[in-house]
Amino acid sequence: MSLAPYMPIVGLLALGAVFSLISVTIAPFVGPRRLNRAKLDPYECGIEPTPQPIGGGRFPVKFYLTAMLFIIFDIEIVFLYPWAVSFEALGLFGFVEMVLFITTVFIAYAYVWRRGGLDWE
Amino acid sequence: MTVADVLLTAIGAVVVGSALLVVTTRHIVHAGLWLVVTLTGVAALYLVLTAELVAWVQILLYLGAVVVLLLFAVMLTRAPIGARDDLDRPRWPGVLVGLGTAGSLAALLANAYRWDKIELPAAGTAERIGEHLFRSWVLPFELVGLLLLAALIGAIALSRSGDE
Repeated sequence: MSLAPYMPIVGLLALGAVFSLISVTIAPFVGPRRLNRAKLDPYECGIEPTPQPIGGGRFPVKFYLTAMLFIIFDIEIVFLYPWAVSFEALGLFGFVEMVLFITTVFIAYAYVWRRGGLDWE
Repeated sequence: MTVADVLLTAIGAVVVGSALLVVTTRHIVHAGLWLVVTLTGVAALYLVLTAELVAWVQILLYLGAVVVLLLFAVMLTRAPIGARDDLDRPRWPGVLVGLGTAGSLAALLANAYRWDKIELPAAGTAERIGEHLFRSWVLPFELVGLLLLAALIGAIALSRSGDE
């Protein structure tokens, strides 16, 4: 494999870096500085920022489950990709293999569902 | 020196530098962000070594999921979000373990290959990995499925134990 197909990506990265660098360095010189309180506030989607986040800045543990769910199915998809590419070459054996794998992960999914892991409240 | 050598050296330097910052920064969230740089660098190394699929898996899983989970862990626990001097970080044992691991890995590699010239294997495309994985490594692959099952059940047990 040559790295030639990746040259456009490198170019895009370079372009992005140059653009952001130029924007950040030029802005203080050419932008008018008319500051007021609202502009200096941290931006929180239009909500008045509170000095202390609710719960001391800690998140409910439910987010952990969401992140774990995401990782598990992310890994599953990663395996699906090489399988799909060489599906023709693998034939029925590969198909059965993948069905077994997906069934195993699906048991976990059903379990999470039954235990109410997908409900938020 | 070929182009690949130059790239490997340059990216390797970035990886080592950002890895050092991960363990020396006083800001735990910054450590997570430096980890992003380190892991991206490792993905770039894989790419230079023609392991294309592994490189993208590295980006998808490590950057997209593991680092996010790490940052989540910071927000879920009582970990200090701001800069701190008293992060629990035993310096000398860490240095010892790090140098020991690096040294033994380097010795292992040096001993295995000496000064032989190794031909790079064919590129690690999705097609080749798929055929190897689903023909020669069937059992480990199915075991990964079981491992994922165990991980999810563990996550449920951890996060739902309090509210029965």
